[in-house]
Amino acid sequence: MMGASGYPNARKIAKKRRAKFPRQIAIIISNENIPASATLRGVYLDFADAIKRLGDQTICERYGNLFEVYEKITGENAYEVPMRIYPAVHYTMGGLWVDYDLMSNVPGLFVIGEANFSDHGANRLGASALMQGLADGYFVLPNTLPNYLASQMGKKPSPDSPEFLQAEQDVRAKIDRLLKVNGTRSLDSFHRELGLLLWEKCGMSRHEKGLREALQKIPELRQEFWRDVRVLGIDEDFNQSLERAGRVADFLEFAELMCKDALERDESAGAHFREEHQTPDGEALRDDERHAAVFAWEFGGDGQPPKLHREALRFETVHLTQRSYK
Amino acid sequence: MNFKLRIWRQPNRKSPGKLVDYEVRDISPNTSFLEMLDILNENLLRRGVEPIAFDSDCREGICGTCSLTVNGEAHGPDHPGAVCELYMRKFRDGATITVEPFRVGSFPILKDLVIDRGALDRIVQAGGFISARTGSAPEANSIPVAKHNADLAMEAAACIGCGACAAACPNGSAMLFTSAKVSHLALLPQGHPERESRVLKMVRVMDAEGFGNCTNTYECEAVCPAEISASFIAKLNREYARAVLQRSAGE
Repeated sequence: MMGASGYPNARKIAKKRRAKFPRQIAIIISNENIPASATLRGVYLDFADAIKRLGDQTICERYGNLFEVYEKITGENAYEVPMRIYPAVHYTMGGLWVDYDLMSNVPGLFVIGEANFSDHGANRLGASALMQGLADGYFVLPNTLPNYLASQMGKKPSPDSPEFLQAEQDVRAKIDRLLKVNGTRSLDSFHRELGLLLWEKCGMSRHEKGLREALQKIPELRQEFWRDVRVLGIDEDFNQSLERAGRVADFLEFAELMCKDALERDESAGAHFREEHQTPDGEALRDDERHAAVFAWEFGGDGQPPKLHREALRFETVHLTQRSYK
Repeated sequence: MNFKLRIWRQPNRKSPGKLVDYEVRDISPNTSFLEMLDILNENLLRRGVEPIAFDSDCREGICGTCSLTVNGEAHGPDHPGAVCELYMRKFRDGATITVEPFRVGSFPILKDLVIDRGALDRIVQAGGFISARTGSAPEANSIPVAKHNADLAMEAAACIGCGACAAACPNGSAMLFTSAKVSHLALLPQGHPERESRVLKMVRVMDAEGFGNCTNTYECEAVCPAEISASFIAKLNREYARAVLQRSAGE
């Protein structure tokens, strides 16, 4: 379903929406070499029939803004030629663990919006980002955060405390390390290689073999990063490359956790599709008996495996069923 | 396509900057302007030259982060649209393109093409909000809003806070930005309790930040990626006069 409306300034709203496709089609688009563009990826979405049936005017009212944006990007007029489309990642389910007050396991560290794991489970509907931001920031946090702060009246953490000094030292050491490597590969090249690896092995469709491959390749890529990345500039100044390097270093850790989690969840659930676990007509096959739980991973230390905490999901009033999209 | 680029480099806030010449070759016409800068940066990195710093985020014209002046035009030649929505097919093969930061006295340059737009944040902090109790949502239909006002408020609310208006203005005025926020809230019943104090405080901060005054050149409207109308400036002036009159009448 392409999102748009006859609303006068829906251009702004239309930009926030994405086309959503059934999983099977999305997988075909990304894996087959269909020559819908120079990259040999993507398919055509042809509005010709719809235009013939409903007329230009109706299509313009419904999708005009989207077609404008499309023309800006591709230089093509979708009223006359088929649209070229391709699925893209724009969200990841899950995030930092929080309790019902939206506080993480670090006292005083609250996590809200898309950054936490709390609201939507294994799947994610459109506009969830707005929903999560509003639900957490507008309705929940104003009640829970002041409650926590009230318990901290008069207390003020000190930058001289040993924990703070240690944390500062660790961060400085990491920054130094990033700048000193002065290797040959750019951040972009590492970021893209990691991205492609995840797209292929931990993307819309996963399987054990692919996940195990990824779990072997990611640590290797991470080691190569710390041996061969090139970050120019200094740390005493505004340095975008350095900022980005810190992020890519984080991604190289987090990617491994994602694959590990996908491997551990030996079922299909929502957007997590394990090819080994599907119904005869290709839908997700859950294993509620073994896996109706939140998988919360605890950092085990540098170079150490993370520790899994399972939080059972118990549904007492509304019971788990299988949804059909047909 | 090949291009000659003249790009503003400035090492930090205190040092002077200058235009430096670069070249990029074999750029696909389907490449966006910012992607082209990314490609240039990869080339620079390979040569050991520090990459050009520039701001971007959503790269689809809605967040207001990207801020480049291309050949003297804020957000480049493809209006309406932010510079992240500009594609290289809009340029002639072989063209020389000058890339500078937004030039506004109240937006100091931090590095290369990156500016500090904290002044816009401070204007909003001065009153660009409503002080409503949070924790529960009122029933949506309990406060009727005339469709005309709702539509107009939506148009004003579409401002993405990029500051291109101030950059295009020969006086460096932020009137279009401020007028969008003031108008948006003045048109809605939820904005009425603080309607007068809002406009007075926000205009005071806008002036204190050093922005210039408006002389109705409409350069702002011409470059605005959200197509905010300069008529909102007229509305801001009216809201301001109304608030000043009410205050001086002792209300």
